[in-house]
Amino acid sequence: MLRFAARRLLLALAVALAVSAIAFLLLRVSGDLATTLAGEEAAPAEIERIRSLYGLDRPLVVQYGEWLLRSLSGDLGRSLFYPESVANLILDRLPNTAILAGLGLVIALLLSLPLGVVAAMWRNTWIDRTALGIAVLGQAMPSFWFALLLIFFFGLTLGWLPVSGTESLANFVMPAVALGWFSTPVLMRLTRAGMVEVLGADYIRTAHAKGLPVHVVLVKHALRNAVAPVVALASVQFGNMLSGSVVIETVFALQGIGYLAWEAISRKDFPVVQGILLVVALFYVLLTLVSDLLNAWLDPRIREG
Amino acid sequence: MSGAGDIVLDVQNLEVDIPTPGGMLHAVRGVSLTARRGETLCIVGESGCGKSLTSLALMGLLPAIAARRAERLSFAGEDLLRAPASRLRALRGDRMAMIFQDPMTCLNPSLTIGDQLTETFLRHGKGNRRSARDRAVALLERVGIAGAAGRLGQYPHQLSGGLRQRVVIAMALMCGPDLLLADEPTTALDATIQLGILQLLAELQREMRMALVLVTHDLGIVARIADRVAVMYAGEVVEEGSAAVVFDAPRHPYTRGLMDCIPQPGRTPPGTRLGTIPGLVPSLVGDMQGCAFRGRCPHAMPACTEPVAVRGDAEGHAWRCVLPENALERAA
Repeated sequence: MLRFAARRLLLALAVALAVSAIAFLLLRVSGDLATTLAGEEAAPAEIERIRSLYGLDRPLVVQYGEWLLRSLSGDLGRSLFYPESVANLILDRLPNTAILAGLGLVIALLLSLPLGVVAAMWRNTWIDRTALGIAVLGQAMPSFWFALLLIFFFGLTLGWLPVSGTESLANFVMPAVALGWFSTPVLMRLTRAGMVEVLGADYIRTAHAKGLPVHVVLVKHALRNAVAPVVALASVQFGNMLSGSVVIETVFALQGIGYLAWEAISRKDFPVVQGILLVVALFYVLLTLVSDLLNAWLDPRIREG
Repeated sequence: MSGAGDIVLDVQNLEVDIPTPGGMLHAVRGVSLTARRGETLCIVGESGCGKSLTSLALMGLLPAIAARRAERLSFAGEDLLRAPASRLRALRGDRMAMIFQDPMTCLNPSLTIGDQLTETFLRHGKGNRRSARDRAVALLERVGIAGAAGRLGQYPHQLSGGLRQRVVIAMALMCGPDLLLADEPTTALDATIQLGILQLLAELQREMRMALVLVTHDLGIVARIADRVAVMYAGEVVEEGSAAVVFDAPRHPYTRGLMDCIPQPGRTPPGTRLGTIPGLVPSLVGDMQGCAFRGRCPHAMPACTEPVAVRGDAEGHAWRCVLPENALERAA
């Protein structure tokens, strides 16, 4: 298990390095940053002044190397619009996004795992079809529309939950439900498919022959063998959530990473965009590592692969 | 000798029906069996004769779409037909255990051997973790696994097929069952390993005074370890009796046909062409009248189209055939 973890960690580091280079390059090839910053009507001399001010006149490799070294020490540069460092801007917004994403993932798993198991147990009955209906409904409804429905019903009509802001945990309930709801259908379908396959396995019959209670057979013997793809997909979904949902954050006026990224992109605040890209990419790398380790823990055969 | 009190399993007129697109498939048709403590009963027959479904039906492990009916199904005097699911779960794994055909697939790939062994013991409240572990080690050693303590932390994929089947056997014996059902326990194994597993089962059956019900298509196995034999054909038991009598003087033409298919040491002269049974097993979908074997039987007669009653003698030899008793005796 240790050797497996070490190999995965090395691989993750290599991926992180590659991703940082790609993120850096993509921003450079998306247009001439100096021209964009100076404005379309700026004089050529002004553009050149800005180019040298931000070091954009030096070779790409040098720029990248310098940026990478500074990033490693935690310095992601300064925002062109906010009087703050990029690192502070991101750290400021990160807790909101992290709480939202964490709650969103928990809600998605709490809905999709039981629904998937129940649908698999009673497959091709009305129970299965009801679960499928819920899944289709979740996939078909745009998240902003679902969010607005939640606000209208629970926020305005019933007055149970605050509709915007980040003051208390209650503020996060509706956004998290809206975010988690959107991930539920595909996770549920994967759980169902995995469980249908596993429930037909010989070792499930063995577990019944041992006289084990149904919940032990389902969770310990079946679910454990069925969730590998669910774990992999859930970690990607969690990455999506962590990189911020612009729509959900906008609808609920929740100042998170997604909102910051959208702002920075529309203002060509390239140090912020670069910083967010790097942080989000690192999240994905980290989550992939975690899901690999989790799957190795669940299934011993993976550890030796 | 065995008396009525030693009857561990008593099933009368067991039926298993499976709905298919072509109609109702009567997979098991009126099977009656008894298994006694300290006795090995072999259920023998070719593929599709309903022997595996019979064993699953006895354990209450049939797939959901299959329907089970019986006049009587009792385990150690307890009526299983009317027992609630919780009672059946309490009996399964504890007093009645089962071994399945393929050891490669019937162990959970993501749990350790130790976990799978001790789980049964702990669930049925036989003791604490420590005693469960001790029991697991002792049984693994008993079934012939060297370095048993070290095996507990291993996973099924780290063991060979033969070792896995030994683990499966140890697992079934964790709670010291009164009845052990083994469904083709050696079929998936190499021929070189089969004999060892079979001898082990026979030894354990004697040591633990269990009733062993062994389902097989292999008459060689039957000859080795059976006390009693039930021959199944097309969902029915066509002949049942003590192994010695059934082998020496089969009364049903199907049993006779099966015997002729295998060479018998000392009886079959070298160079002899072994027998085959011509024809195919009849479809079990829909109603069936009369003897199911008559289409392949060399002795078929008009009476075979009528329902055939079970006949028997005082020694517990019973058969389902209209032929006179001495019709199959060989000309010496």
